[in-house]
Amino acid sequence: MRRSQVFSRKNILGLLIFTAILVLINFLPLDNYYRKIINLSYIYITLALSLNLINGYTGLFSLGHYGFMAIGAYTTAILTMPPEAKDAYYNIEPIYEWLKNFNMPLIPALIVSGILAAILGFLIALPVLRLNDDYLAIASMGFAEIILVLIRTQFRITNGALGLKGIPRVDSYYLYGGVALVMIIFMLLLTNSTKGKSLVAIREDEIAARSVGINAYLYKVISFTIGSFWAGVGGGLMAVMVGTVNQMQFTFQLTFNILLIVVLGGMGKIWGTVVAAVIVTSALELMRFLDEPMNFGIFQDGLPGLRMVVFSLLLMIVVIGRTKLKGRKSRA
Amino acid sequence: MAFFIQNLVNGISLGSLYALLAIGYTMVYGILRLINFAHGDIFMLGAYLSFYVMTLTSLPWWLAFLIATILTGILGIVLERTAYAPLRQEARINVLISAIGASFLLENLAILVFGGRPQPFPVPEVLDRSIKVGQVSFNIIQVVIPIVTAVLLLVLHFVVNKTKTGMAMRALATDYEASDLMGININLIISVTFLIGSLLAAVGGILYACRYPQLLPLMGMMPGIKCFIAAVIGGIGNMTGAVVGGMILGMAEIMIVGFLPSLNDYRDGFAFIILILILIIKPTGLFGSTAKEKV
Repeated sequence: MRRSQVFSRKNILGLLIFTAILVLINFLPLDNYYRKIINLSYIYITLALSLNLINGYTGLFSLGHYGFMAIGAYTTAILTMPPEAKDAYYNIEPIYEWLKNFNMPLIPALIVSGILAAILGFLIALPVLRLNDDYLAIASMGFAEIILVLIRTQFRITNGALGLKGIPRVDSYYLYGGVALVMIIFMLLLTNSTKGKSLVAIREDEIAARSVGINAYLYKVISFTIGSFWAGVGGGLMAVMVGTVNQMQFTFQLTFNILLIVVLGGMGKIWGTVVAAVIVTSALELMRFLDEPMNFGIFQDGLPGLRMVVFSLLLMIVVIGRTKLKGRKSRA
Repeated sequence: MAFFIQNLVNGISLGSLYALLAIGYTMVYGILRLINFAHGDIFMLGAYLSFYVMTLTSLPWWLAFLIATILTGILGIVLERTAYAPLRQEARINVLISAIGASFLLENLAILVFGGRPQPFPVPEVLDRSIKVGQVSFNIIQVVIPIVTAVLLLVLHFVVNKTKTGMAMRALATDYEASDLMGININLIISVTFLIGSLLAAVGGILYACRYPQLLPLMGMMPGIKCFIAAVIGGIGNMTGAVVGGMILGMAEIMIVGFLPSLNDYRDGFAFIILILILIIKPTGLFGSTAKEKV
């Protein structure tokens, strides 16, 4: 690994700016709404980078990110909720006795969440990645749906469809921004190492990569597992940011939002993803006015769904428009 | 026994619906190597359009169904022209993203235009009567669905195997570049493929609405995913496989829930478990052929 690549001027500048923002933003007097948007942006940076590793760097098409986030969110929730809260909120059936007193501080809980998501990611990648990559899209999505079905039915672990409340909330830029910073550094180190270059080689031409001795299957499984780990951590962060988890939060829409960030930021671009994460998260939140009642003269009522219509249009314009500009000719 | 036959009837009618939808997936995938994520939403639009044609005009129901089917077919071509055709030379991943974008656009437009609340579907009375044979009772529509499916499959079989367009489609699925060199009008054939797929999806959507008379903007999502799985189970790119896969999936869903009612909560999970099992045991699907990797 050549040091000069990791610590290029661009990367150092990026890291400095990111750290500066992380520290300086504490001095701004912002109300809760904006604090929430900022924290959410940090979480989306982590999540989008993890999907970019799978999607942008390795060229695998995973749609199951929301499933791994759900695992992470529920694990963190159960591990950090105090036993009294578990007594109070499990009102369909009580929680299993052994889970009730199974508690740990936040950081270990997040790591356990990540590891659990990674194990499941590994198990799904093992059979599916032997095949055509397209199947991964559907299989990972199917896997996420199975996870959600389990969450809805395992009352004694997840409290079923009611979700969990009373998770100790954390409102600190340093937690969410810190994790994002760790993720950025991790990605910079990984993608500039031989391992990271191998992933890109697999994306560009798998057969050529295999013929120079890269174990493509192994690398793909590892990449997917690492991506799942960070998805689990991101899900856990969401749980402690909001203070509640509910299976309704984890929909395909979530993967779509993250995918939008990856596409806008550029497949396989770290700083592009970071900037896109902030823009998309802020835009998604600030555009909530589109769903509110408006007065156009003709329409008096609110138009629920308009926000997502605008967003899907945006995604398609970006994907199609970029092709028209570049005019790249490769049929992979 | 009666209970078994009852479930068999239910399974065949659900399986036929899945088969209609799965064919669209398998045809598009066979030619473009693309998972058409918006196919389930085409299915939803078919159902909604038939509802609006029926309620806004005073046409007889069968004519309304026909018009809605044709409109949906045209929509399928428009979808291909706007969302997929500009990306034909691009990396496959970009086309997939565009497909997901199209799917989300259609779903959210449907929420915006049709409203997010469930809409009761006015089933034509002819189709709504229930019949009792021995101890088995079923609805007329449950007999109509397999018959319509069988007829459409015969027509499709004829089109694909006996006409020149069908031959071009098969050529395109076998070797895309070579077909281009042989002077086949690729854009036209792809449009025809989308037209056929969308027509079948529209018929599927309308029949589905007659069987489960409730319209929702997201009603196409789960059937869409399941039918792609059905196509994979049968061996993607193979039409017989899509039909068999659809039947297996529909039958499995009804039978498992019928005989093990405690698993009802898990019914949407079955398809995925079957998928993962098939991918482990026979990765090319039941009727699929192994494709060689070209260097």
